[in-house]
Amino acid sequence: MASSGLELLLVSLPQLAQGAAQTLSISALGIAFSTLGGVLYGVLATLGKRSVNLVLRVYLELFRAIPVLVWLYLLFFGLPIFFAVSIPSFWCAVLVLSLWGASEVGEVVRGALHSLPRGQREAGLSIGLDGWQLYGHVLLPQALKRMTPPTINIYTRIIKTSSLAVLIGVVDVIKVGQQIIERTYESVLIYGALFLFFFFICYPLSAASRALERRWTHA
Amino acid sequence: MSALIEFKGFNKFFGEHQVLKDIDLQVRSGEVVVILGPSGCGKSTLLRCLNGLEVAHGGSLTLAGKELLSKATDWRQVRQQVGMVFQSYHLFGHMSVMENLLLGPLKVQKRERFEAQAQAEALLARVGLLDKRDAYPRQLSGGQQQRIAIVRSLCMNPQVMLFDEVTAALDPEMVKEVLQVIQGLARDGMTLLIVTHEMAFARAVADRIVFMEAGRILEQSAPESFFTNPQTARAQQFLEKFSFVESLPKTPHKELS
Ligand SMILES: Nc1ncnc2c1ncn2[C@@H]1O[C@H](COP(=O)(O)OP(=O)(O)OP(=O)(O)O)[C@@H](O)[C@H]1O
Ligand SMILES: [Mg+2]
Repeated sequence: MASSGLELLLVSLPQLAQGAAQTLSISALGIAFSTLGGVLYGVLATLGKRSVNLVLRVYLELFRAIPVLVWLYLLFFGLPIFFAVSIPSFWCAVLVLSLWGASEVGEVVRGALHSLPRGQREAGLSIGLDGWQLYGHVLLPQALKRMTPPTINIYTRIIKTSSLAVLIGVVDVIKVGQQIIERTYESVLIYGALFLFFFFICYPLSAASRALERRWTHA
Repeated sequence: MSALIEFKGFNKFFGEHQVLKDIDLQVRSGEVVVILGPSGCGKSTLLRCLNGLEVAHGGSLTLAGKELLSKATDWRQVRQQVGMVFQSYHLFGHMSVMENLLLGPLKVQKRERFEAQAQAEALLARVGLLDKRDAYPRQLSGGQQQRIAIVRSLCMNPQVMLFDEVTAALDPEMVKEVLQVIQGLARDGMTLLIVTHEMAFARAVADRIVFMEAGRILEQSAPESFFTNPQTARAQQFLEKFSFVESLPKTPHKELS
């Protein structure tokens, strides 16, 4: 039994690896776009422009109020119906995770920028910095410490949430696992492998987040 | 001689609240003007309008003959000519002293590093802080940070320096080292606009005292005549408060409760 279980795992490995590659690439792209979008959101939200803030607020609330799964269905099944545009399921998952992640990261970035003393902005402006220089050299570097730990936590949520992509037909690591279980009935073994897979990706991230938080809040 | 800075019929509102009313003020090149007045009378706002940190609403404000209250004003250009030093220094905490000093010269003015650095070192030496060039702001005392903040502005080679209560956040023993730096600039003939509550310093450094109350300039006069013979009752009351504070015993016998 043990040896046959191990054998099964070895035989299934290439297939599982393919699924894992899907999970990891959706997550990695989602994380990358969430970060870029989140920084953009945070910067826009601290410009003090009322109309911009209103737009960001609506965007944020839409992603807070509506579950990610509903967004996936909406874009994957809704766009073809209403706009005759269809997105491949992989990219649909990346898009939804990115938009959702960017709203979460964006709020973190906004909060971190907001927590800086107002005088930092004024001192930067007073030596003639333009907006890019002000954010790039003065504000964002100083916000980095405060925003990194919670942002890493959002990354782990993005990785875990990526598994919803199964529901629009992405064959990710979980889907592959289910297919193997359907064939072999080795659910304990496969789910154990999936457990370890997610644990070994997400645990180091959340440990790093906690370590950074400890280091930086007591520095 | 024409003025370097000229406010004419200048107004500033915060919402409905008018904080600067019909300000007329001329500052010649090389002049040291000290602005006095009770809290909330608009001193900071006046300085901040001059480098575009606040947007003004009416009248005219010129710098070297150029109107600043026009849509076409390039404030980044203006700010390089108008240095500003704040009450709480606002050094960039993630940068060393030298990085603080070079940010503007390198990124804004696109100057050569060796040239900008030579100037920064000379100015650091002048304020007695050359040995702190690689320190970070958190490693410095308030007085040291404030002197660095002054140097940061000076590194831009401004025509005018604005000082907004730059010693108000300092422990008493550090006030002098900062005021000496400002006095040195005054001696060099730099144009200075200074807001301060240090009356003895104001009297010593100013070419002219501008007294404000409730958003208006009530009085402009030479320091000696202002301090010995103020023209308005308001200024008189203001000065009396300060002489009362100064006449208090240095070590209070009773706790205030
Ligand atoms: N951002 C702002 N929004 C609304 N009102 C403001 C703002 N900044 C200043 N004011 C108001 O404008 C008036 C002038 O403020 P200002 O800071 O220029 O006074 P000040 O003379 O510098 O006072 P202090 O000696 O206390 O520094 C005050 O009544 C103040 O409450
Ligand atoms: Mg003030």
